Amino acid sequence: MTHEVSLTPRDALIIYNHMVVDSRHRNRTDEVFHALADATRRSIVEKTFQRDYSVSELARLYPMSFAAVQKHVAVLERAELVTKRRHGREQYVRSNLAAIRRAEKFLQRYEELWRDRFDAMNEILGEE
Amino acid sequence: MSVTKDPTAFTMKFVAEFDATLERVWQLWEDPRQLERWWGPPTYPATVTRYDFTPGGDVSYYMSGPSGDLSRGWWRFVTIEPLHGIEFENGIADETGAPHPSMPAMIVRVVLSEQMSRRTRMSVESVFPSAEVMERFLTMGMEEGMSLAIGQIDELL
Repeated sequence: MTHEVSLTPRDALIIYNHMVVDSRHRNRTDEVFHALADATRRSIVEKTFQRDYSVSELARLYPMSFAAVQKHVAVLERAELVTKRRHGREQYVRSNLAAIRRAEKFLQRYEELWRDRFDAMNEILGEE
Repeated sequence: MSVTKDPTAFTMKFVAEFDATLERVWQLWEDPRQLERWWGPPTYPATVTRYDFTPGGDVSYYMSGPSGDLSRGWWRFVTIEPLHGIEFENGIADETGAPHPSMPAMIVRVVLSEQMSRRTRMSVESVFPSAEVMERFLTMGMEEGMSLAIGQIDELL
């Protein structure tokens, strides 16, 4: 049985930029790619971006064992795409929002750069 | 301007239409004096010191920041198809203007096409070799627009 999940382009970009912007973790790029190469892990990032999920809750979402889900979460954690915190007997997983916020800035800046360039071109073209 | 992103391929593509003929828009790229009027971000005007607009030709430029700081860069043209397309490598340069040894270049592909009523469509595709290179390009002289961007992020999240 396969479990099909997909990230929206914006989600994927957010994650990608998370990877891009955090200069302290440049050498984690490979880990991030590895982490996101798997559909279940992408789905976990997506779900835990919306709200915190306990590992057992996540395990119920996917057709695999608790241990298998735990392993996926560990891979995401190493890539710093999610953080884990313990509450009672449960471990809760959430996407790394601070990194995502920094990521958005970079995305906007690159877009802004080309917007400015096209504006400047328009101005030059309008002079004649 | 429309934007397309393919994060797994490190690619971003920007498309815009201009109210000018193909020949006129081509000059924005062909003429270094025009190029330096739009290449640098608003607070980082560009000065082009070398411009060899031929396949394999080199370009050297620097951008001067508000606090007197200089960011040097280089291009090397891969292909030039007059009036229709340009592909070049764009990299960060060291103090002498030579390509920075530890900084692989990005690829920029420009495609122009004639539209109805003497208008011209320009698409610019940037392909970064890695996440790190993309990051370094983005941190170069782009404080402008930051506060605006932050506002937009809050809206998005």
